[in-house]
Formats: sequence, C-alpha cells, structure tokens
Amino acid sequence: MPLEALDTLPDGPEKDYLWTLNFGPQHPATHTTLRLILTLDGETVVKAVPDIGFLHSGFEKLGEDLDFNQYVTIVDRMNYISPIANEIAWHHVVEKLMGIDLTPRCKYIRTILAELARISDHLLCTGAQALDLGAFTAFLYGFQQREVIYDIYETISGQRFHPSYTRVGGLLYDVTEEFVRKVRSFVQEFPATHADMCRLLNRNRIFVERTQGIGVLSKELAINLSCTGPIARASGVVRDLRKDEPYLAYGELQNTFKVICATDGDSYTRYLVRMEEMLESLKIIAAAIENLPAGAVNVDVDSKVVFPAQTSVYRTIESMIQHFELVMPNRQWTPPLDEVYGAIESPNGELGFYIVSDGTGVAYRARTRPPSYIHFATFPYLIEGHQLSDVVAVLGSLNIIAAELDR
Amino acid sequence: MALAIPDFMLAKLDPLANWVRANSLWPMPFATACCGIELMATGASKHDIARFGAEVMRFSPRQCDLMIVAGRVVMKMLPVLQRIWMQMPEPKWCISMGACASSGGVFDTYAVVQGVDRFIPVDMYVPGCPPRPEQLIQSILDLQDKIRASGTLQGTEFEQRIEHQGPLPNADVPADVVTAPGDYKKSRRVSLN
Amino acid sequence: MPARNVDRTKRIIMPFDTIITALKGRFADLATSEFRDNRRVVVAPAQLFDVLKSLQEEHGFDLLFEMTAADYLKYPNAVDRFGVVYGLLNTVTGERVFVKTVLNEPDLTLPSAFSLWKGADWLEREIYDMYGILFDGHPDLRRILMPEAFAGHPLRKDYPLRGRGERHNFPVITRANS
Repeated sequence: MPLEALDTLPDGPEKDYLWTLNFGPQHPATHTTLRLILTLDGETVVKAVPDIGFLHSGFEKLGEDLDFNQYVTIVDRMNYISPIANEIAWHHVVEKLMGIDLTPRCKYIRTILAELARISDHLLCTGAQALDLGAFTAFLYGFQQREVIYDIYETISGQRFHPSYTRVGGLLYDVTEEFVRKVRSFVQEFPATHADMCRLLNRNRIFVERTQGIGVLSKELAINLSCTGPIARASGVVRDLRKDEPYLAYGELQNTFKVICATDGDSYTRYLVRMEEMLESLKIIAAAIENLPAGAVNVDVDSKVVFPAQTSVYRTIESMIQHFELVMPNRQWTPPLDEVYGAIESPNGELGFYIVSDGTGVAYRARTRPPSYIHFATFPYLIEGHQLSDVVAVLGSLNIIAAELDR
Repeated sequence: MALAIPDFMLAKLDPLANWVRANSLWPMPFATACCGIELMATGASKHDIARFGAEVMRFSPRQCDLMIVAGRVVMKMLPVLQRIWMQMPEPKWCISMGACASSGGVFDTYAVVQGVDRFIPVDMYVPGCPPRPEQLIQSILDLQDKIRASGTLQGTEFEQRIEHQGPLPNADVPADVVTAPGDYKKSRRVSLN
Repeated sequence: MPARNVDRTKRIIMPFDTIITALKGRFADLATSEFRDNRRVVVAPAQLFDVLKSLQEEHGFDLLFEMTAADYLKYPNAVDRFGVVYGLLNTVTGERVFVKTVLNEPDLTLPSAFSLWKGADWLEREIYDMYGILFDGHPDLRRILMPEAFAGHPLRKDYPLRGRGERHNFPVITRANS
C-alpha cells in the first residue's frame, strides 16, 4: 500500500479530523485472523493498511524438513476451505519435477476431487459473504452441501476435513463404488441447493445494494496487482489454467466446461462468477465420473516412485527392498537437481509451488504462490473511498484464507 | 391450571448457579485456522450446537464465558489471545480445540506456540486435527458436567488453581544463551546483531 | 452472466527464442536455461531492473505472478548465497518466463519492481521478512509476517526450524491473575 495517500492531504485541522479504527485481528467479519488499520473520514475509508502474519506458522520452513509425501499433510492445512486442491497442486508440482506421468484413472479421480474442492470453496465463500451481510440462511444451505462433500472425502480417505489423499505418483487408495455412487447423487442433488442460494441472494435487494459497485477492480489494476482466478476473471482477465495450460484430465474434458468471465469487477460480480463456476465444475464432475477409466491408480511400481502393494511387500524381496528404499530418509526419491514452478487453477486462483530440489526426497525450498496473499494486497486499492460497512462486503468477496495468507 | 408452587423453596445457591451457568454457556470463538471451520460446521444445520445450549456465539469477549481456542496460535497472535482472555468476565472457561491449540500439533516450528495452556489456563482439551463436530459437542457436554460438579457461586474452585500448571521457562539462564531448538526450559529471545 | 467465448487455440505465441535474442542484443552476459516448461533468464542484479522493464514494456509480460527467493547456503556445489526469482506472465499469449538473479552477502540489495508492478509490493516485503534481502525504492519495506520485534530471518538456512526459543518467551497468565 503506498503511504502517499495520507501525505496528499494538507496538514492541520483537516488531518486531525481523520480518525483511526482498528479492525481485527479478532473480528467476526475477518473470519480468521487478519487486521486492518483504517483511517476514516467520518464513515468513509481514506486509507486501509492491512497488517497480517497472525497465523504465520512456518509452512515453507516445514516443507524443507518433510519429504514429498509427508508435506502433503501440511499443505492440506494451508487451505482449510478446500484442502484437497492444495494436495493436488503440491503433488502436481512434485510430479512435474520428477517427470512422472500419472495413470488416466488417477488423473480423473484427481480432477473430480479438485472440482469438488472448488464447489466447497465457493460454497463457503459465497455463504460467508452473505453471512457477513446479514443473510444467514444462504450460509446454512451452503454448509449443508459442504457436509455432503466432507462425506465424500471421508469415504475415500477416512478423514472428513483434511484427507491427505494424494501421493507421489498416485493416490493413497483407489476409490470404491461407494465413492462413485455418492458423487453421482451429489451431481443430482447439488443444482437444487445452488438454485436455492441463487434465489436467496441474486436479486436480494439488500445483498445487491451492498455489493454492487463496491470494491471495483479494473482489468488493468487486476493484472498489475497479479490477480488470478475468479477475482481476475470477474474483472475481465480471460485466464483459466484449466483451459490455458491443461493439466490432469482437463485436456480431455476441455469441451465440457466454459470459463466464466465478467467485466464489472465489483463484489457482486465476483459473487456471480463464483456461483456460475460451481455449475461449470458440476459439469466437469458429471462428465468425469461417467468416463472414469479403469486400471491402476498408481504409476508402475518399476518406476520406483510409489510404494508397492502391501501384500507384495510381505511376500517378495524386491518389493520389500523398494518399500525400504522409499521410507528411509536417506534414500527415497531422486529428483533432478533443478528448480521447477508449477501451478494449478485452485478455487481461489493460481496456486503454484516453486520447488528447489537438491536431489533428495525433501524439497530444498518449497515456496507456495498463495493466491490469498496476492489478492489481499489488492484490498487497500479496492476499499479506498468506500464506507466502513463496505469493508465487510469487499473482504467477503476476496475469499481470504488466513492460513494461506500467512503460511 | 394451578400449579402447586410452595410459598418458598430451600436450595443451596451453588448448585443453582452451576445449573444456570452450565446450561447457558456463551462461547467466544477464537477461531484462527482449520478448527474454526469445523466450529462453523458445528454451528451449522447438520450438527447444530444449539441443541446443547451453547450456540450463542458472541465475538465480543465481554459477553462470553467460554473461550474456544480453535486453531493454532502463533507468536504474533498470542498477545491478542491473552488480552481477549483477560477481557472476559468471570466465571470463564476455556476449551482448547484441536491438536494445534493443545500442543502445537504438526506445527513444531519457530512461530507456533506449542500449546496455549502454557500461557493461559485451559479446562478442556479436544484431540483431533481438526476434531469432528461430535467431539467438540462432547467436550462442551463434559465441561457442563465439570461446571455442575465443581462450580461454586463465588468461583472458589478457581482459587485452588492459582499456580500455572503448564511448563515454565527457567529463570536462571543468562539472556544471551542460545539453547537447543525446542528446549523451552532454557530458551530465550536473543538478538542476532 | 454470459461467458465470453474466446477461441484459445488461435493464439499467436511469440517464440521464446526471439525474446531471448532481443534481450541478448541489449544486455550482455545473459544466461538462459530450461527445465520442463520453465524457461529462465539469469541476469546480474545490476541489469535486473532493465531486463524486467524491457520484458514488461516490449514483450508484453504484464503480470508478475511469482516472486520468491531461496537460500543456497547448503545447496550442493552452490556458488552464490541467495537467488531471487521473478515469474512473469503474458496474459495475452499465456507465455511464462522466469528471471533469476543471484545475490551474495554483504550486499543484499535489489532494485524494487514496485514501479513496474504494484503486485510486487507484498512479495518484496515477504522476501525481506524471510531472507533479509533489501529492495531499493520500495515504498514501505517493513516486516509483513513476523512481529516487528522479531530478530533474524526465518527462511534462511542458518535459522533453525524450531526457532531460537522466541515462541516460548511470553508472560504466563494464571487463574489468579485473570
């Protein structure tokens, strides 16, 4: 945030007239932990200075200490609204580093999970945005469907919140018939909830009045401030990694979905883009679950990157040796000595990892490109000149996830 | 319909106060991370914490008597946590929800406080990363039991716990000694320059 | 909300080599490398700002999508201590390029990219906070994630994972004084 904003004001009584309000770090509308120091002229925000770091837990330092499979439990906790998107991003980059090509079945399962994550993220984001503006019911509807998605996670991994489901070169377990059944029923039932939420909010007078025209982000500013994801798309930046740099099964499912874009760039548009994206995600899920390929879920055991099946570890010496090689901290994987950046389109925007590898199974440097961090930097530009009550409307539309913000 | 209400009743004030306090806990959700979302799930329709009389989440500490620390607390946040705890009126209780709040959990790093019980009093610990909503509800029920069993009108049950129960830093190590990481007994903040 | 139909297959991608040739014509001793789909340009800190400016203004890399640093203290066969990486994206063609530079103590100063991309603001503050690399020309270079009073830079390799005990150094509140 440039500090010139205050300096342009004349000294003297005009400046004394301004007052300062501390917003957070423990405030219902911040959802988690962030702080804003607002300079106000009456109720108009003259300047906002964000103060973050209230949840800085040393994720990136931990990434230099845990191996590629262990660290997935940590990246989970980096995004507590759609954890599985982070897992997929992390292992996408690790596999890019090692040059592993996944099996078709694994690609499809990961695609389904990534889209479920997108839906659950947008449900919480839009629900909480409405909650902050006083509409409690939409939040309850959204959470009802989130519980269904939690249930699907629990079916595949045993953990409802942080599945830690992906592994280098594959997945923890293969999915079962029950998973397919639950996803199918979700695909059938979700549009009703979505329609309910739309009916509650889209033309809700209070909601529209409080979000339309608030926090406008122009296309030029969005690009200059490095915005990606729904926030950039709501401002007219036509960019979606699922189309532009297809990964997983998105290349094959290219024709099943559209990229949702808009041009207004205000809080209401960001809400609309998220709502529409959920329906597009649902189309991807519907197409992927019906075309789920058969076959193995992990890459070939001979590639020495995945664990052999448990029964063969007990019965054959080769598998036992390979298992041993992968679990011993001084052996493990042998990625090339280089650095790589890879990214996926997470619900919030481009979620990337920059891995510097020193040839061991532990990343030498595991940098996250956090969309929340970059999007929150836009906040001072968005709120300038708006009312104090609009702070909540803008914050809600940015979908700031504090753990990703501070890491 | 006439009820047979006697003209006066005799009861000890302690159980009466406990009964009132236990059934109207007002939580102060100190939600920082993942557990905060599970706390929201507990409040949402499927699990519905309102069935147990603890749904009145108030974000102002002055109105609350139960602090739920949900999520990891880091160096920058701990002074805030302590301040909010001090602002809550007596009698007050604290639930440490999840592994991170209870012990630091998987985050054994430079920034994360290894358990909030080192710096504020804690009554209930909920294991899990994050705990399921059922676990949180159970901990609230357990806390209600505890209040009913041990509470007094004057709050004298708190007087027995005036000593800090968590680990204490050792006072006689010189300030400039750098000790092994994780050794909280001897560690001190040191200046690098 | 109608989705805009853009035919993404008909993009004109400027070959990376032409950009490199153009850059090499202007700046001497420019190294390039490639790994998977990441294409990197390695420049000296003195030339960094001009290379970034040229990439933004002449080659259309208008989005700074990533900016990070790494401490190569314990890296096998590393010569330089710190590396700083800028990731640039052309939002029209979807092309990416990474600009890398290396730094050594005691001169840990780089020109700030804030005048080119406002998005560099927080990214530079984070690198300063985590590695102690200074950015000349940044409007407000303060710590962003760690407390102001914190000493040291946590992501440097000589800083231990579990810290130096800062996390235990707080007053204790007991039942008696609360």
